Amino acid sequence: MPATDTDRAAATPSGSTTILRLTVNNHPGVMLQICGLFARRAFNLEGIFCTAIGRGDTSRIWLTVDAADRLDQVVKQLAKLEDVLAVEDRADARDRVEAMAAMMGRIG
Amino acid sequence: MPRLSGAQIIIHQLERHGIRTVTGIPGGANLPLYDALADTTAIRHVLARHEQGAGFIAQGMARSTGRPAVCFATSGPGATNVLTALADAYLDSIPLVCITGQVPRSLLGTDAFQEVDTYGMSMPITKHNYLARSAAELLTMVPKALRLAGSGRPGPVLIDVPKDVQTEVVEFAAWPEPCPTADHRPGDEQAIAQAAAMINGATRPILYLGGGVIHAGAAAAARQLAEQAAIPAVMTLMGLGILPSDHPLSLGMLGMHACRATNLAMEECDVLIAAGVRFDDRATGRISAFCPNAKVIHVDIDASEIGKLRPADAGITSDAGRAFAGLLPLIRPRRRGQWNERIRQLRRDFPCFPAQNFAPGKPFQLIRRIAELAGPEALISTDVGKHQMWVAQAYPFTAPRQLLTSGGLGTMGFGLPAAIGASLAFPGRPVVCFSGDGSLQMNIQELATAVEQQTPVRIVVLNNRSLGLVRQQQRLFYDQRYFASSYGIAVDFATIARGFGMRAFDLDGAAEPDRLLRQAMAEPGPCLINVPIDIEEEVTPMVPPGAANTTMIGDDYARN
Repeated sequence: MPATDTDRAAATPSGSTTILRLTVNNHPGVMLQICGLFARRAFNLEGIFCTAIGRGDTSRIWLTVDAADRLDQVVKQLAKLEDVLAVEDRADARDRVEAMAAMMGRIG
Repeated sequence: MPRLSGAQIIIHQLERHGIRTVTGIPGGANLPLYDALADTTAIRHVLARHEQGAGFIAQGMARSTGRPAVCFATSGPGATNVLTALADAYLDSIPLVCITGQVPRSLLGTDAFQEVDTYGMSMPITKHNYLARSAAELLTMVPKALRLAGSGRPGPVLIDVPKDVQTEVVEFAAWPEPCPTADHRPGDEQAIAQAAAMINGATRPILYLGGGVIHAGAAAAARQLAEQAAIPAVMTLMGLGILPSDHPLSLGMLGMHACRATNLAMEECDVLIAAGVRFDDRATGRISAFCPNAKVIHVDIDASEIGKLRPADAGITSDAGRAFAGLLPLIRPRRRGQWNERIRQLRRDFPCFPAQNFAPGKPFQLIRRIAELAGPEALISTDVGKHQMWVAQAYPFTAPRQLLTSGGLGTMGFGLPAAIGASLAFPGRPVVCFSGDGSLQMNIQELATAVEQQTPVRIVVLNNRSLGLVRQQQRLFYDQRYFASSYGIAVDFATIARGFGMRAFDLDGAAEPDRLLRQAMAEPGPCLINVPIDIEEEVTPMVPPGAANTTMIGDDYARN
């Protein structure tokens, strides 16, 4: 998913964000678990993409989070959730996530 | 091939996993569960009078044994009533499994009668929660819930079960294999070696021990570590009992209502060995001023606790038992004469318990006398307030799990049902519930449960006709503007207890209070003892909320 210059500008990421990739159990409450954690622990959450993967037992969630704001705590708290199977810091995927964000913004 | 309903699967799985007592209240949405429970003789049901009471009865069992305990509630108000007990278990890391009834699947989300979003509401106050969507998944869900509740950092787990999932019948080939027990990480060797070097090199180390040490069954190892290297130890409210109160290295509880010498010693500490603690604000005071000169070793099974509030110079992600086992061979035996003499000096300068605190009618005197009468085997529960802090300060605790108290959430109404639970778990041991007149009124209906179950709990009501700690804060921090903190009527608790069919004693105006006390403590069944306490008796010293622990006010040594 190549990103154009326009796409990057549209996503306007702040310089201090990073990307987390989660693998989670796919059930109706899991998004609430993730978003609830960020809300109640007052962590910043800039963006979220979620979709079922494989045979639908698991989901992939991409999070854009504040890299400066207690990132270590964010990762540890996410890893503690029973439905979270893996947490990876994927700063390397920033361009692709930004492109996806830009695309989301364009969809009418 | 077994052919069972969802409700029967739940009951069978509880039974198969060693649950022998369940407490709760039936209602429309969990009747199938109760119908299945009626068929088993292996599980005793204890009918509570309020779902919060059921939650705390289960907590009493869990806290006193260390094993997961189970409570049931129906949908809607049954579920909302039990939430406080779940939140309480969450903050104190208590293994609890709560199974709630829910409206049938077809009515979910329709604002049906007694429908609330139990799953959503319990999410932030449980370690994990489930909404069962089929009877088949209950086969693995129930054992998983029990394992989750009791493993790693323990905590409450909720399973919400729609009524038609309870009645749905499934056929299955065999019961699933028991869940593997969670792996306990031994802790990183390098961090342990680093911590050992820090301890060996320390001049003024202090052990800071909390509930996690008790959960890990590591009290004996903690004591060995303290003794091997002559390290003085402070305990959190949840950690009381790790070292016996009279142990020469015990500095008792730290924090807001610590002995003056304890908080002052921490000010001088150069290496703080924190284990199974979470640097709670009631323990640390203003965190930036907590042990300001100390390097920190932090042992916790929950990785997210390390560095959460205070950066750790050495962080060991492990249960306290394994961490201590790793540390002990590396720790040089020491006597630390100078440091321990400095602490003895602080304790001579600021004795914890001035003699006048033990005059007849004073709370400390009462608490110590009851301890004598109850004996070292006694299990002690408290409610929340002045009496709780007095018990924490003055009761001669000798063992872990002896004190059951609501630490993190500070829930008034905890004491009586928790005492009932402890008595159910240990029918042969004396159980004393220290309560206050404010706290007791928050779950007073459980007097009926204590009488019905004949659990021999002694409820000692320290009655100052007020919300004492609230009033104390109004005196100290709100210009003595007392408002809504004292009660306009005198409640006759002895008469109320008798109305529930309980023996009761009233020390108010008693000619021979000690004789009455002895008689009450010798009662074979449950009883209540009302003890009038002067409304002006305060909990001292006190660190004002948000202040540094060295700012202690209210006692004889305070320059205020």
